[in-house]
Amino acid sequence: MDTVRATGSQAIVTEKKTDRSKNSIFSKIAYGFMYLFLIIVAIFQIFPIIWLFLFSLKNNQEVFNMSPFSLPESPKWENYTKVWTEGNISQYFFNSVTYTIAAVILTVVLASMVTFAITRMNWKASKWVLGLFMVGLMIPVHSTLIPLFNTFTKINLIDNPLSVILTYTAFNLPITIMILIGFYEALPREVEEAAIMDGASINHIFFKITLPMTSPVIATAAIINMIYNWNEFVFVNTFISSDQFKTLTVGIQNFIGQYTTDWGAIGATLVISILPILIAFLILSNRIVEGIASGSVKG
Amino acid sequence: MNKAMSNKKIIALYITPALFLILALIYVPIVQTGYFGLMKWNGIGEKEFIGLKNYSHLLHDPLFWKSAFHSFLLAVFSAVSLIGYLFISFILAGKIKGADLLRKIYLIPMLLASVAIAQLWLKIYHPTNGILNSLLVSLGVHNPPAWLAETNLALYAIIIPIIWQYAGFYILIYYAALKNIPDSLIEAARIDGATPIQIALKIKLPLIMNVVKVTIVLAVVGSLKYFDLIYVMTGGGPNGSSEVMASYMYQKAFKGFDFGYASAIGFFLLVICLVVTWIIRKFTEANNDIY
Repeated sequence: MDTVRATGSQAIVTEKKTDRSKNSIFSKIAYGFMYLFLIIVAIFQIFPIIWLFLFSLKNNQEVFNMSPFSLPESPKWENYTKVWTEGNISQYFFNSVTYTIAAVILTVVLASMVTFAITRMNWKASKWVLGLFMVGLMIPVHSTLIPLFNTFTKINLIDNPLSVILTYTAFNLPITIMILIGFYEALPREVEEAAIMDGASINHIFFKITLPMTSPVIATAAIINMIYNWNEFVFVNTFISSDQFKTLTVGIQNFIGQYTTDWGAIGATLVISILPILIAFLILSNRIVEGIASGSVKG
Repeated sequence: MNKAMSNKKIIALYITPALFLILALIYVPIVQTGYFGLMKWNGIGEKEFIGLKNYSHLLHDPLFWKSAFHSFLLAVFSAVSLIGYLFISFILAGKIKGADLLRKIYLIPMLLASVAIAQLWLKIYHPTNGILNSLLVSLGVHNPPAWLAETNLALYAIIIPIIWQYAGFYILIYYAALKNIPDSLIEAARIDGATPIQIALKIKLPLIMNVVKVTIVLAVVGSLKYFDLIYVMTGGGPNGSSEVMASYMYQKAFKGFDFGYASAIGFFLLVICLVVTWIIRKFTEANNDIY
């Protein structure tokens, strides 16, 4: 009797074991397939960009006659020196950097002031003003383009970098406030309250206490702004007509127009235009991921 | 303390610069767009008031409706592609090693300028030397299509890079939402014998439904405003076959110098974006009550 029971329970145990091992083989295969799928998606996402790097280092003969993913016999770095020195690419690059930095600083400072006033100070219209900024997120750029073009022409700001910098700032304020406000709300107010007790002025508190305390979220907001401004196209294309003020996104269109048949030169131009963003992403990927997540899903 | 934090002068000082910028550069212009839509105006000369003529012309302009239909198609494809992104996110948010690295790789195209992406995909679609047709030829396809030059293919050929560009963005949002679901809920369902598919559809999906709704609005409204990539890749062509509302408006204004009519299109675009946002919000709210 005892032995029967013993074998019985043993049988159950082994049955469970095989069941579990079957399960784990099945789940391992499923896991493998899921992995494969995810890697295929990753390859699809990254391959066009790798291909771009490859053909930026080739000459036309290599582009046309060799397999797309073959390495060039010797990398043609002269494609890069050529586009950098021959066209206006270096000027466009410098303009992109200048406008981006100017607009990022202006946006982050102004948005911080608004967020401070909305989350820390007491006034009746604060919700209404915040709403005004948030609705700004919905408004299509194209619905403002003609009046902006008209106004800038009237006040002599057309073909002037200031028109671009101010427009970038206005259109990025809503998303920047959205990124900042979550952080401000979660930030303890004790330090600021203690400073008020000590008789510090509001300006002192904002510049000397709040701004330094919010530096992590300022970094996040700044990098997101940087990406937006660097990549912007419509405003520059509409407001700026002279070459000396154009940014990379607009400048490379003309430039590529002249070099339609020189793939290496086009590739090098495109790589130059995307490289700063890729480098920023390599260094600051966590901040960028955080910024995109917090700037998108609260609405 | 409350006194210091209620200082009207300081509040005005902190709010006014930013408020001035969005009023002057966003809100005043949208009102002006509606007003300019009532004018016959070439952008340089005098404006002539013509009442609602531009708006009634808009309603009967087949080219406008064609571009509006293309915008609509773009919105549908973008919304449907969310299902694919959601599927990828569900897998990615399972216990996958390296999920963090993968979602960062997925995100890369989204960080690049649409204009640069457009130039890159122009090369991918290049009829003879592009990577796509090289691949098709090596697979034995004779005379592969010239993608962007074919009236019946151009719009669909443009949709692929758009899906490619935004994949990482939506996957990132869904992934973050799925990771926010408490493990205890999933564990409880597993103990009750729910299969992974049941857990995904009956527990996880309803829990992230609010995020999904926001992404539907983002995808649809984003498609209605879509411009940069199309402007560079095809300029709306060939023969208007990939024209969308924003590119049609831009062409009417800055190539056709019909600023009055273009303003009317711009105003219509604004109204349609706000209305669509409102409709989707309402619709998804009602849907939510069923759960």
